[in-house]
Amino acid sequence: MKKYIIQSIRLTLVLLVLLCVIYPVTVAFISKMSKGNGGGEKVTKNGKTVGYALLGQSFTKPQYFWGRPSAVAYNAAGSAGSNKGPSNPDYLKEVQSRIDTLLKYNPGIKKSDIPADMVTASGSGLDPNISEQGAAIQIDRVAAARKIDVKKVKELVAMNTLKPFMGLFGPSSVNVLKLNLALDAL
Amino acid sequence: MNTELTGIIATFLLTLVIAIPLGKYLAKVFAGEKVWTDFLKPLETGIYKLSGINIKEQMNWKQQLKALLTINILWLFYGFFVLIFQDKLPFNPDGNSGMTPDLAFNTIISFVANCNLQHYSGESGVSYLTQQYVLMFLQFVSAATGIAAAVVLFKAFRDKTTTELGNFWEFFVKSITRLLLPLSFVMALILTFSGTPASYDGKDKFISLQGDTVNVSRGPAAQMIAIKHLGTNGGGYFGANSAHPFENPSYFTNMVELIAQVIIPIAMVIAFGYFIRRKKLAWTIFGVMTIGLFMLLIPMLSSELGGNPALAKMGISQTTGAMEGKEVRFGPAASAYWSTVTTIISTGSVNGMHDSTMPMSGTWQLLGMMINSFYGGCGVGLLNYFIYLIVAVFISGLMVGRTPEFLGHKVEAREIKIAAIITLLSPFLILAGTAIASYIFTSHGNAAWAVQPKSWLNNPGFHGFSEMLYEMTSSNANNGSGFEGLGDNNMFWNVSTGIVIFLGRFLPIIGPVAIAGLLGAKKFIPESAGTLKTDTKTFALMTFAVIIVLNALSYFPALALGPLAEYFTMLK
Repeated sequence: MKKYIIQSIRLTLVLLVLLCVIYPVTVAFISKMSKGNGGGEKVTKNGKTVGYALLGQSFTKPQYFWGRPSAVAYNAAGSAGSNKGPSNPDYLKEVQSRIDTLLKYNPGIKKSDIPADMVTASGSGLDPNISEQGAAIQIDRVAAARKIDVKKVKELVAMNTLKPFMGLFGPSSVNVLKLNLALDAL
Repeated sequence: MNTELTGIIATFLLTLVIAIPLGKYLAKVFAGEKVWTDFLKPLETGIYKLSGINIKEQMNWKQQLKALLTINILWLFYGFFVLIFQDKLPFNPDGNSGMTPDLAFNTIISFVANCNLQHYSGESGVSYLTQQYVLMFLQFVSAATGIAAAVVLFKAFRDKTTTELGNFWEFFVKSITRLLLPLSFVMALILTFSGTPASYDGKDKFISLQGDTVNVSRGPAAQMIAIKHLGTNGGGYFGANSAHPFENPSYFTNMVELIAQVIIPIAMVIAFGYFIRRKKLAWTIFGVMTIGLFMLLIPMLSSELGGNPALAKMGISQTTGAMEGKEVRFGPAASAYWSTVTTIISTGSVNGMHDSTMPMSGTWQLLGMMINSFYGGCGVGLLNYFIYLIVAVFISGLMVGRTPEFLGHKVEAREIKIAAIITLLSPFLILAGTAIASYIFTSHGNAAWAVQPKSWLNNPGFHGFSEMLYEMTSSNANNGSGFEGLGDNNMFWNVSTGIVIFLGRFLPIIGPVAIAGLLGAKKFIPESAGTLKTDTKTFALMTFAVIIVLNALSYFPALALGPLAEYFTMLK
């Protein structure tokens, strides 16, 4: 028994060095060669950091495309979902009010045009994407708020739509931050 | 064909393409045969030397378990103190505080047990030191513990009669050097080049396009996310686990993480067959497990892709399926596939929030964890399946009126008693635990805990009951996912699930290893016309029936009170 205790202590120390120093530090070192230098890729506008490429952020103004509802208001230091169950009455009321908000700010769209992702909170609260349909219902509003041609906005949406992986796997999506940056750059 | 479905089919096929050769490789590694990774031998020799280990020393099953338990208990003490004092230790750039003793108790058991139930949130609850030197460290060694325990079982059935089952330390170290560490290294690089942070930079701050100030948690995440999947641990770096865009940046990384969590459990089954030179047995086990996977996956897909009927009633479009708690870049199909594999295999990482999935999906998630052996966790999945095998052998023996045998060894009263205890343990822990929780919720709602019992539940009615049932089931299965709406960081949940995790981990390791050790030491009986063959389709069906009947009898009433009741109320 005593032998096992001593062996356990020594083995644990050796493995701590291998698994918690050598392994992660090597990976961290190599990660410096990745796009974001291992700290997450940043997005800049006029030389200023305005966000992280992978993280969604809150958009509420009419001239921007809106992202999905977030349970944590896009707090990138406290990710979480709503954890609301599908039959929870309070939750269903909340969804109803999101539908009403969308209908109010996007006159001309029908209820049946609204995709589920635009009225439900994401898992991380930081979802950077919306569905193609989610972007489509906002095109008229954004064009009107910016007083630009609807066709131009449609083009930008198409340009910022991410097709399924290798064209074959998974859903397509629209990156909200990139799309809004492209709009600002017009 | 729908690209969401082709995505999951491709993911499953790629999993097999990697897992099957990996299984053959593992059989050779643990048998000490020549393999291409033998260049790592000097590293292993160095580790043995520094630790004072002589791998030539043969252990019987009792010594194996003593070694296993000794080192695991050591990790419990080590981790507990780091968690409590993390605020006073270095590597804490975000200035997070130390854990309360009950939270530390829960967290350390959870990580030692390969469960990774998290009652804290990664961004605010732990320091970088804790993330790496305790949590990530345990993700490696707990997975290796499971694999090594399974290899002890392999050893018992390789030779006709034996009490010498190899050296625990050798299996344990090789699981790390030949399997977990190299694969984690490759995967961590794939992740970091896809956007996952891997450096030691602390929190960042920026002003968003609209003018809001946003804080961003970062840190060495890629390293941990790699092993959390390969080791079927599931404990995320960030609170939202693999739904977080940093942990899982794209559909591609989602495929990688899905593949990573399944390959070792499948490889262990294949390795078992090749190691004991009974390939057909491995393929029948693999067959039963795979049928189990699809029987849970297909109905899950249909309920998630169908969307929430309550939202459909409001008149919105449901073409994108149920999206509450899910991410657009994965979509409902890949999220449903993930939630199936993460529950049948005891990973417990999530790429969407289970609390918000459809009621029937909740049923399949719970059932996957209750069965806990359709592939199952690293090493331990096979150990759990072994118990079902022994029960199936026993019942078949009774049916044909012969002394039951398994692989040439008589299965007698002592082995059956152990198997029965282990079989009964899960329903006991899950149901008694849930019953106590429900009692406290209803009768002692005002108890003065950090979260008062009456405010535990994030959802009313049947779904609330499901939250408690899920927490206990996940703990017992060492899964670690949760219906995260549950207010679980308080004395009751920390202590109760801590105990459930501990018992649900170590007894189901001790039991099968003991049975294997006892059987392996018995006289070998050559196969005859009267032998019950365990590698036939008939026997596979028998095992499957045993699994279904045992679990249905144990859990149907509890499932009926939770997710099934919610499902039927939503129908009307």
